[in-house]
Amino acid sequence: MPSDHKTGLRWSNWNLLLILPLLMLVTPWFNQDEPRVFGLPFFYWYQFLFVPLGVLCVGLVYVKTKDEPVVTGKPDKLGVDDLDEGAN
Amino acid sequence: MQWTELIVFSALFLLVTVMGFLAARWQKGDTLEHLDEWGLGGRKFGSWITWFLVGGDLYTAYTFVAVPALMFGAGATGFFALPYTVILYPLVFLPLVRMWSVSRVHGYVTPADFVKGRYGSHWLALIIAITGIFATMPYIALQLVGLEAVLRSMGLNGSGILGHLPLFIAFVILALYTYQSGLRAPALIAFVKDILIYVVILVAIIYLPAKFGGWGEIFNDADAKFKATPAPGDGILLNANNQLQYATLALGSALALFLYPHSLTGILASRGRNVIKRNMVALPAYSLLLGLLALLGFVAISAGTKPIVNQATGRPDTNTIVPELFGANFPSWFAGIAFAAIGIGALVPAAIMSIAAANLWTRNIYKEYLKKNASPAEEAKQAKLASLVVKFGAVAFIVFIDPQFSIDLQLIGGVIILQTLPAVAIALYTRWFHLYGLVAGWVGGMAYGMYLLYLIPSADGSRKHFGGSALALEKLSLFGWHPFDGSKVQIYVGIVALTVNLLVAVIVTLIAKKAKAFNGTDQTDPSDYHVDEDSPRVKPVAAH
Repeated sequence: MPSDHKTGLRWSNWNLLLILPLLMLVTPWFNQDEPRVFGLPFFYWYQFLFVPLGVLCVGLVYVKTKDEPVVTGKPDKLGVDDLDEGAN
Repeated sequence: MQWTELIVFSALFLLVTVMGFLAARWQKGDTLEHLDEWGLGGRKFGSWITWFLVGGDLYTAYTFVAVPALMFGAGATGFFALPYTVILYPLVFLPLVRMWSVSRVHGYVTPADFVKGRYGSHWLALIIAITGIFATMPYIALQLVGLEAVLRSMGLNGSGILGHLPLFIAFVILALYTYQSGLRAPALIAFVKDILIYVVILVAIIYLPAKFGGWGEIFNDADAKFKATPAPGDGILLNANNQLQYATLALGSALALFLYPHSLTGILASRGRNVIKRNMVALPAYSLLLGLLALLGFVAISAGTKPIVNQATGRPDTNTIVPELFGANFPSWFAGIAFAAIGIGALVPAAIMSIAAANLWTRNIYKEYLKKNASPAEEAKQAKLASLVVKFGAVAFIVFIDPQFSIDLQLIGGVIILQTLPAVAIALYTRWFHLYGLVAGWVGGMAYGMYLLYLIPSADGSRKHFGGSALALEKLSLFGWHPFDGSKVQIYVGIVALTVNLLVAVIVTLIAKKAKAFNGTDQTDPSDYHVDEDSPRVKPVAAH
């Protein structure tokens, strides 16, 4: 696993999904009235669509990075005390 | 006086009061005489409690009242609340779990605790703590504005000091059970608050549009209203000048939210990393609610709702739009439930904010400078007292000073809390920034931000300074040089100030590193940032 001990950063490419919802800030893409859905102008329902999209992105990152071992699971980084506790 | 509303409201208020006092015994630890217990509820809240607690904390009564009021008054610009709360969770998903882990290993209670551990400087921690307290105070006062809007809609609209009496009574009760139960009180009450809010909004959003001819009609009415007004910035769509402001305000608000100490309190009170991660997925349910609620501002236009005149200030208070809309279009018993939802919605965040401010005072000022060897029990005692002071300070703000002042301060609050981003959020990832750089950046960003806010007149032209957070680019100046002269395009001041902050921080860091200035000692280890609840390295809760 690409773990950099110096900075303590752990990276997964799935994290890139977290950038996707930021596209919501590009206002020229959706600042218009038509087409309307249920009477809601495009400006409003387009932004509402980003709620499930945001949930999907964060949810995917959560599920896909869940199984990464936590640091305490790496024996080579444990101190003596930690090993004692882990043996219980 | 609207008796049915008042009786339903009082009954629900009584219910949460009883819950607030009983909360002290809920899932209690060995002692309440420790900040881990009083201030963080024992650091063991699971996914559900955290969802209600953080949801109740972030989506405040003021939000529920002010966002529709903004839509009612200005149109599309008020809808920034939706992108703000959508991009929020992807942005903070990774940093928050790091903050939780490092705080759990070292027993940090506040963001300033973390800064002190990371840079070994109690001065930098003091700056962060004072910034946090100063930004939180007007936020608490604003919850009172939300609560008072409801009370005045129910007919409790007296003039003078006496007109504030109902508000005062409600806050004394809140102060007492927060004093006794700590964070457990708002955690328990949040269940009632959020369920009421969900019911009310869902009913309102289904029933009201049908009553006023459907969404198509409602948007056409709003469009007609905005076209008839002389103000250039309103409308059901954005215009060429306020799109940048819309995007930067959403981004700036999202970056700022979890820098507020009270937001972090909810996170640190949770049991583990997975609880936080699951909540980042589930909390947008509230964003959906907020977006729907915002649209009620347009419904109020169709319904011809008029804001009521606040007898204490003599001006129409647009924050009464939503309560008035409910009062006029729902049977009184349901309006009473709606008012209770907003009223209780003010109590939950007010309690959490006062606890967070009290924690900052206790950990980073009292223990650091006034009583270095304070025992955990003394810390808890001090925090309880501080929470009382903070709440009565907020009431005094509303009663003795124009509420408009706390709205202005809240605006400033967002700009100033953003200035802690390098020291709190970036420091979670890297210690590249030098201690001196962080301090200089904070000073630079703060000063420039205040200067820019001073330049902004209010939209209706009634005041010359501190009238909003949208700055026309033509006013940006660097020692008299105007790089965007003539441009009416607006931008959120917070983002400009943060940019200045980062620039200054980078420059001073480079100089300090060249001069080999001492950069403090780091008490944290890189592996601390990944520790989870089952690790033997987490610090025991409420240990000495």
